[in-house]
Amino acid sequence: MIHFVLLISRQGKVRLTKWYSPYPQKERTKVIRELSGLILPRGPKLCNFVEWRGFKVVYRRYASLYFCMCINQDDNELEILEIIHHYVEILDRYFGSVCELDLIFNFHKAYYILDELLIAGELQESSKKTVARHIAAQDSLVETAKEQASSLSNIIAEATK
Amino acid sequence: MNPFSSGTRLRDMIRSIRGCKTAAEERAVVRKECAAIRAAVSENDQDYRHRNLAKLMFIHMLGYPTHFGQMECLKSIASPGFPEKRIGYLGLMLLLDERQEVLMLVTNSIKQDLNHTNQYIVGLALCALGNICSAEMARDLAPEVERLLQFRDPNIRKKAALCTIRIIRKVPDLAENFINSAASLLKEKHHGVLLTGVQLCTDLCKVSSEALEYFRKKCTEGVVKVLKDLANSPYAPEYDIAGITDPFLHIRLLKFLRVLGQGDVDTSDCMNDILAQVATKTEPNKNAGNAILYECVATIMSIEDNGGLRVLAINILGRFLSNRDNNIRYVALNMLMRAITVDSQAVQRHRATILECVKDSDASIRKRALELVYVLVNESNVKPLTKELIDYLEVSEPEFRGDLTAKICSIVEKFSPEKIWYIDQMLKVLSEAGNYVKDEVWHALIVVTTNASNLHGYAVRSLYRLVQTAGDQEILVRVAVWCIGEYGDMLVNNTGFLDMEEPITVTESDAVDVVETAIKRHSSDLTSRAMCLVALLKLSSRFPSCSVRINDVIVQYKGSLVLELQQRALEFSAIVDKHRNIRSTLVERMPVLDEATYSGRRAGSVPAVVSTSQGAPINLPNGVAKTTSAPLVDLLDLSSDDVPVPSSSGGDFLQDLLGVDLSPSLSQTDTNQAQKRGTDVLLDLLSIGTPPAQSNSSIPEMVSPSDDSKSAINVLEQLSSPSAPAGGVSTPPGSSPMMDLLDGFAPKPENNVPAYPSIVAFESSTLQVTFNFSKQPGNQQTTIIEANFSNKTFDAYTDFIFQAAVPKFLQLHLDPASSDTLPASGNGSISQKLRITNSQHGKKSLVMRIRIGYKSNNKDMLEEGQINNFPRGL
Repeated sequence: MIHFVLLISRQGKVRLTKWYSPYPQKERTKVIRELSGLILPRGPKLCNFVEWRGFKVVYRRYASLYFCMCINQDDNELEILEIIHHYVEILDRYFGSVCELDLIFNFHKAYYILDELLIAGELQESSKKTVARHIAAQDSLVETAKEQASSLSNIIAEATK
Repeated sequence: MNPFSSGTRLRDMIRSIRGCKTAAEERAVVRKECAAIRAAVSENDQDYRHRNLAKLMFIHMLGYPTHFGQMECLKSIASPGFPEKRIGYLGLMLLLDERQEVLMLVTNSIKQDLNHTNQYIVGLALCALGNICSAEMARDLAPEVERLLQFRDPNIRKKAALCTIRIIRKVPDLAENFINSAASLLKEKHHGVLLTGVQLCTDLCKVSSEALEYFRKKCTEGVVKVLKDLANSPYAPEYDIAGITDPFLHIRLLKFLRVLGQGDVDTSDCMNDILAQVATKTEPNKNAGNAILYECVATIMSIEDNGGLRVLAINILGRFLSNRDNNIRYVALNMLMRAITVDSQAVQRHRATILECVKDSDASIRKRALELVYVLVNESNVKPLTKELIDYLEVSEPEFRGDLTAKICSIVEKFSPEKIWYIDQMLKVLSEAGNYVKDEVWHALIVVTTNASNLHGYAVRSLYRLVQTAGDQEILVRVAVWCIGEYGDMLVNNTGFLDMEEPITVTESDAVDVVETAIKRHSSDLTSRAMCLVALLKLSSRFPSCSVRINDVIVQYKGSLVLELQQRALEFSAIVDKHRNIRSTLVERMPVLDEATYSGRRAGSVPAVVSTSQGAPINLPNGVAKTTSAPLVDLLDLSSDDVPVPSSSGGDFLQDLLGVDLSPSLSQTDTNQAQKRGTDVLLDLLSIGTPPAQSNSSIPEMVSPSDDSKSAINVLEQLSSPSAPAGGVSTPPGSSPMMDLLDGFAPKPENNVPAYPSIVAFESSTLQVTFNFSKQPGNQQTTIIEANFSNKTFDAYTDFIFQAAVPKFLQLHLDPASSDTLPASGNGSISQKLRITNSQHGKKSLVMRIRIGYKSNNKDMLEEGQINNFPRGL
C-alpha cells in the first residue's frame, strides 16, 4: 500500500502531497522536511529507494521535480517506479509535455488525475487512455456547468436591464 | 457582493506568492488572502466559494493553517452542481484528515452522493470515502459501497472495490459481507475492475481466514487462468508497457497467488506451471519486466516447496545481483534476505557478490547488504567474513561506521570459535573504530579477557602495541589502561608468551607511560581519567620501583575540579603513600567476572543493573565502581547476590571503621576485612579509602556528628542527593555506599527522627496520590516527601507530569519522577521525591498546591488540588 505521495521540487518546495495513511498536520511537515533532506542530496546514479522509519520511499526525478511514494517494507519497489512513471505519462498527455509550472498553476488538476489513478493507496487503473477519458469527461461537465451559469446570468442580466 | 473576495483570481494569487522574494513577503500576501477568504466565509459568499477553496488548498500546501476553510468544503459538497462538489471533495481530502470531528458531518452528504444519478458524482464520493474514511464512516456506508460493487459502469465498480479495501482495513469485521461480491469481480474482463478486484481479494484474505479459505477453494484455478491468458495475450497497445501487457495486473495476480499458495500444498501445486512460465518467459531488460520477475520470485519463495522453481528463483536473483542497475541490485539483496530462510546454501553461493555490495557507494544498498551478510554468517564462514568486514571498516565512510561496527561486534561475539580470535578481532575493531563501539561491547571484552587466564599476557601485550599506533581511540585506550592496571606485570615479564607472538620488551616505566599519556591526553573524558587513576594505583603495587613517579601523577589530580577525580586522587595517593603494607592486598587482581552472569545481565534479566551501567555515569554514587564501569558494577552486585550485604550492614562496617579510626589498629582491621570478603575488594577499597581521606582532609567537622555542623552535612546531602536513585527508600546495597557513609555520621539516625504517618494527599475519581514523609537526620527543617501516584482507571496514562507550588516560607525541590507513564488500574505507580525546607519550622505547617497533567486515550487531562492535611510538625 502507498502511504503517501509527495512531489518536491529540487529546492525542496512542496508541489503536491497526498496522504493515504493518517498523519497529523504537524507530522506531515516533519515528514516532508525529513524526506527532502534524505532524497534531494542523493546522486543520480544511486538507486531510487531510501529506507525511512521502517518504510521505503521510492522516488524518481523528472527534470526539477521529485516524485516520491512511501510504501511498506515488503511492497514491490520496482512496481512503484512504474506507477510513478504511469502518473507522469498521464500528466504529460493531459498538459502536453508537462512542466513544473503546469503543476503549480493547475495543482488541482494534478490532484484530480491522481485521484483517478490511486484510491486508498492502491492503483486504480492501468490504462492511461481510460484515465484521460474520465478526466476529460469531468472537465467537460465543469465547462457545461460554467457555460450554463454564465448564460443564465446573462439572461438575468439582460432581463433586469 | 463582497468587496474583498472578488479581488484576485487563483492564478494571480499563485503568481504573487511566487513573486515574493522573502518569506516575510510571502507571509504578508498569504495573510491578506486568508483575511479575504475569512471575510467571504463569514458572509457565506457562494459565488466565489469555488475559487476560495482552491486558493486555500494552495495556501495549505505551503504549510499555512487553513482550518477555517473546513466548513466551506462541507458546504461545497452539499451544493448540487458537479463543479462545486468536485472542488469540495478535493478540499475535504486535502484539508481534513480522518481524525477530525468535522468529518462526521460529511457522512450524510457522501451517502446521498453515493446514490446520485450522475456516475461522476458517485465516483467523487467513492474516491473521498476511499481516501479518508474513518471507522465510523466505514460502518455507516459499507452497505452503499457493497451495492456499488455491482454497479453497471466499470468506473464505479473499480472505485467501489478500492473503497472496500479502505473499509475492511478500518473495520476488519465487515470483511465477510464483501467476500461474494469480491469474488465476482475476479471474472471481469475490464482491466481496471480486475486489477482492483484482485487487490480487494488479497486484502480480504489478509483480514479474514474465512475469505482466504473461500478464495482458495473457489478461485485459485480462475486466477491462474487469468494470469495465463494475460501472460500469453497478444500486443494490447492500451495496456502495453515495454512489450508487456499490463504489468500492474501481472504483479497483483502474482501477489494474490502468493497469499493463496502460502501454507497450502495443493493450491501451490496448482500454480507451479504458470509461475515457471512467468519466471522464464518475462523479458528482463526493462524495469516493468524486472518488477514482474521480482514479484514472481517473491511468490515462489513464499508458496509451498517446489525445488525446481526455487532454483529458478535463486538464479533470477543471482542475475539481478550482477545487474549494473542499482535498483535491481537493491531488490535482489532485499529478496535474498527472504530467500535465506528457504535455502541458505543457495544464498551462500552469492556471498562474494553480497560482500562487494557492502562496499557500494550507495547507502541504501550498503545497508541491505550488511543486513544480509549479518544473517549469512555461521560458524564455518565467520573468519573470512569478519576479516573482509574489518578490512572494509578501515576505508568506510564515517556515517556508515556506526552500523558496521555494531554488526561486526555482534557477529564476533556470536560466532567466535575461540577466545584468542575474539580478542584479536575486537582489538582490531577498537583500533579502527573504537569510538563507535557501544559500552556493553567493550565491557564484555574485559569480562572475556579476565576469564581467559592463559591469554592475559597476550591481551595486555597486544593492547600495548595497539595503543602505540592507535592511541587516539578512546575506548581502545580504556581497555588498554584497564588491562595494564590488572596485568601490568605480565606485560613486563612476558608471562604466558604465545609462540605466534612477536617478542616485545617493555619496561615498567614504559607501561606507566601509557597510562600517564592517557590520563594527560586532552580528549580523555572523566571515565577514562578515572580508570587511569585506578590503573595507576594498581601499578604502584605491581611496580614498586615506579611508585614515587606514580604518586607524582596521582597527586596532580588532587586539585582536579572534577569531584570524582579529586576524591579518587586523594584516596589513592594516601594509599600509595601511607599504607604500603596493605597496598598489595588492596590492589590484587580483580576476581574473575562470571561471563554467564554478565551476558545474562546484558540480555536484560536484571534490568536495574543494566540501567546503572548504561545510565549517566556521573550519577553513580560509588566512585570506584564507576571508573571501571559495568564489569565492576557487576562485581559489586555479584557480591550482593552471593553475600547479602544490606545497606545497614555496610553502614555498620563503616561505623566500625569510623569507630576505630583513631586507634592505631586501623590498618589491621582493614586487612582482616579485606581478607574476609574476597569478593568485596571494591567495597573494602572504597570504605578504607574514604574515611582516612576525609579525616585527613581540611574539613574535620564532617566527622563529628554535632548538630551545628549543618553546613557540612548539607554539603554532603547535596553530594548524595543527585546520586540517590529516584526510587529512594530502599537503595540497592552495592550502589550507595555514600549514603551509608552519611548514615554513619549521624548518631543512631533512626531513633532520632520521629516517624510521620503517610497521607492520601489527593484523590479523584481517576487518580490517587499518597505522600510518605521522612526527615533528614540533623535537619529538622527539611522534609523529604515521597509521592506515589496510582491510576484508578482502566487506561494507562502517558506524559505524566506532577507540579507543585508552595508559599514563600517554604522551599521546594522536585526530583525527577521514576517514570512518565502510569499503568492502568493501579498496576504500578510512579514515585517522585520532593524536598521541602520549612523556614518557619515549628510555627507554620506545610501546605501545597498541586497540579497533575497527563494523557489518557490521547486526551490531555489536568487535575488540580490543594493539600492541607500534612501531619503536624513538618
